[in-house]
Amino acid sequence: MREWYIKNGPESDVVMSTRIRLARNFNDFPFPSKMSREDGEKVLDKVKEAIFGRGRAISENFQFEDIQKMDPIQRQALVEKHLISPDLAESQAHGGVVISDDEKISIMINEEDHLRIQCLFAGLQLKEAWDLCNKIDNLLEETIDYAFDERFGYLTCCPTNIGTGIRASVMLHLPALVMTGYIKGILEICSKLGIAVRGLYGENTEASGNMFQISNQVSLGQTEDEIISSINSITRQIIDQERSIRKELHKQNAYRFEDKIYRSLGLLSNARIISSEEALKLLSDVRLGVYMGIINDININVLNEIQLLVQPANLQKSVGRALSPDERDIKRAEVIRNKLKRN
Amino acid sequence: MLCQKCQKRVAKVQLTQIINNNKSVLFLCEYCAREEEKYNFGSPFSINDFLSGIMGFPYMTSVPQHNQNLICDKCGMSYNEFNKTGKIGCSNCYKVYGDKLVPLLRRLHGNIQYNGKIPSRAFGSVKLSREITKLKEQLDAAIKNEEYEKAAVLRDQIRNLESKSNK
Repeated sequence: MREWYIKNGPESDVVMSTRIRLARNFNDFPFPSKMSREDGEKVLDKVKEAIFGRGRAISENFQFEDIQKMDPIQRQALVEKHLISPDLAESQAHGGVVISDDEKISIMINEEDHLRIQCLFAGLQLKEAWDLCNKIDNLLEETIDYAFDERFGYLTCCPTNIGTGIRASVMLHLPALVMTGYIKGILEICSKLGIAVRGLYGENTEASGNMFQISNQVSLGQTEDEIISSINSITRQIIDQERSIRKELHKQNAYRFEDKIYRSLGLLSNARIISSEEALKLLSDVRLGVYMGIINDININVLNEIQLLVQPANLQKSVGRALSPDERDIKRAEVIRNKLKRN
Repeated sequence: MLCQKCQKRVAKVQLTQIINNNKSVLFLCEYCAREEEKYNFGSPFSINDFLSGIMGFPYMTSVPQHNQNLICDKCGMSYNEFNKTGKIGCSNCYKVYGDKLVPLLRRLHGNIQYNGKIPSRAFGSVKLSREITKLKEQLDAAIKNEEYEKAAVLRDQIRNLESKSNK
């Protein structure tokens, strides 16, 4: 598998993935919310030219996808992979995305801003993700005249993104902090430090399967490196806490702890009907068991793969047709059983 | 039950308003509920609602209506419109009413001095002006500390850079 999300990265017992996103706009076009259809097309063409034009360094490894030509399942599948935002998936006009072959890089076009460049890495790799994002940004800048102001930095449609235009985020798996209720304290501290905590799919979504996304809120007044290093240090502290509570919980009552994990594994590998919510919840327990060395015969890559496959659109995509919610729950259970079959 | 406003369609939405501690309840159809501007039907509370809330309050009350509505000559977006939507129209809007955004930006970001990456196109001039700002801070400190010789050197450096940036 060459997709990044199947693989494991540094600190992947707690950190699922790292994402850096840059918001950029063209200087000479109105922002997408104020732009005409023709302008939208022109922006699309200019971005395509910047990436696929003659002599461009990266053209071979990228694909352009026209959001308008996709059916809802295809769009949603990209959202589930975090390659496009829910907003872009619902957009009515001139939305597009350029995706790298390994699905690490995606460049959303005509979302809230003309460009949203994002890089996704497995585990905790903020520096690596920023370096790559920065390179792509430099490359695009060779042909695109960005909206930039000496005083405010990069200009964006929403004043919350102005300045560096950077959003650095990490997806954390925090079952022990949730189990003990300590997560509340962590969330409070984060909000005091100007750090946003969200669910699995970013803005306005709920945390499912004990997954939390933390990201910077401030984008102006600090350098990119400062923003990244503050997210990094907070993440490291959360990792330490999560790890020590995992150990403590196991030490306090090993039988009960292992019972919970094995029950979840039992359900996952035998259920005939399962919702995505339940699957994510059970997967969280099994993931915990694998990383704590309680379950030894399941590869974590298989869990990463299931994590994506159980979600509605990717499930339907793998089957190759639209399914009703009831059919989905049956199919989902079947896919999980097959993946978890131990040889 | 019929909609209390149009009296034609079936009421599906209960609209509760509390104004100055007086509670009023209206039963409306979806159409009329949409019409009720105050009721943002069908869309979750967004960041932009918050922003326009933060933005609107001090200005709406303290600045007279006529002198606050600046309009961007490029995209046609007015400052009032931004107050409603929380979204900027184009890069030129920041030139037209950027100053008015400063209090909001300060509330959102704290420090509003841009320190981040500079596109290579703008590199020369931005770097120069950053340098000048830095030297000016040093100059202020030197004067405070009564280090007049150092201050004179800094002043000359600043003059030198400023003449460069004006070329």
